[in-house]
Amino acid sequence: MNLNATLIGELIAFIVFVWFCMKFVWPPLNGAIEARQKKIEDGLAASDKAEKDLELARKKATEQLKEAKAEAAEIIEQAKKRATQIVDEETSRGHEEREKIIAQGHSEIEAERNRAKEELRKQVASLAVIGAEKILEREINEAAHSDIVEKLVAEL
Amino acid sequence: MAAGEELTLTGYIQHHLTNGQVSIGDGWFWKLNVDTLAWSIGLGLIFLWIFKRAANKATLGVPGKFQCFIEMVVEFVDQNVKDTFHGRSRLIAPLALTIFVWVFLMNLMDLIPVDFLPALAGQIGVLSGAVESSHDVYMKVVPTTDLNLTLALGIGVFALIIFYSIRVKGLMGFIKELTLHPFSSKNVVVQVLFIPVNLLLESVTLIAKPVSLGLRLFGNLYAGELIFILIAALGLFQLPLHFVWAVFHILVIVLQAFIFMMLTIVYLSMASEDNH
Repeated sequence: MNLNATLIGELIAFIVFVWFCMKFVWPPLNGAIEARQKKIEDGLAASDKAEKDLELARKKATEQLKEAKAEAAEIIEQAKKRATQIVDEETSRGHEEREKIIAQGHSEIEAERNRAKEELRKQVASLAVIGAEKILEREINEAAHSDIVEKLVAEL
Repeated sequence: MAAGEELTLTGYIQHHLTNGQVSIGDGWFWKLNVDTLAWSIGLGLIFLWIFKRAANKATLGVPGKFQCFIEMVVEFVDQNVKDTFHGRSRLIAPLALTIFVWVFLMNLMDLIPVDFLPALAGQIGVLSGAVESSHDVYMKVVPTTDLNLTLALGIGVFALIIFYSIRVKGLMGFIKELTLHPFSSKNVVVQVLFIPVNLLLESVTLIAKPVSLGLRLFGNLYAGELIFILIAALGLFQLPLHFVWAVFHILVIVLQAFIFMMLTIVYLSMASEDNH
């Protein structure tokens, strides 16, 4: 007969091993595996979400870019208009200024000319008087004929 | 083939198939197979030590290669348990893991050439002066070729089958299961007549489970070991043959460990399912 008390010994050993495994080996190992599985699952879910977010953000960015471009175009358009306006304004103001300056110049020239004319007239009168004096020095005195000379000067 | 002077083939084989025994009392029963006990408990401790180390180092981060290997085994067992056992139990999975790895390790001893460890033990015995000839030292290194061990495992599983049956169905439910099936009748008298027949059939079914578990493992490994011994007795030709048989045996040892584990799960699953 092969069976003997070893059977009991092995049975006890078997029970102790299973008990130890159940108490100290299985829970931490299985726990770690399950926790890691959970972690990986969460990680995958998070990455999916991030991808979606990225897609959304990209769409939003494109939209904003389009908007910004439109806005920029509008601003440029406005600036051009304003520039044209300013140029027009400045041109007309320049014209006005020119007209004014020219008019002023004209009037100044006019005044100068009048002054010169007056001066000339005065000098011609005195010259005429001096000439007449010289001519008449011998024949007539100044006092007798000055009224005629005056008349002559006034006619100049 | 290290052995005594008058070496015969029968003697050689018998020497290899005899356990080293120590008597602890009178009668045939009170003997301990020291080799079986030492190797099996040693291998069991190695199993627990390896897995406990992995359990201590278990982290949520990236696992190392050792950690991965251990977790692969654990997940493999866990998957099989989940596929087969539909109740919730904290015991089944660790039980299956223990059976699978422990039986595998014990079976693995079969791949060590049959003479190495017995010869070593014989030399140690002679050198320490405990025995005169190395032939007097008996040692079987494969614990699963000892019927005591395989039947002990079977009896352990049997106890759990009964425990789960009673826990799930109650004592009366369990007794009913044993007595009212497979033959049942609406007629009370006929039913009463059926009870002994049913009890006989169901008892055989029940007892066949641990016995078949133990005998299957024992038979496979004992036969494998015997063939290794026969090959080792061939002399020079043993080398290619031994290699071929060892390669084939790699399959057998894993398969037997797996079968023992699976059948344990299946039996316990059947015991904890109230399907009548």
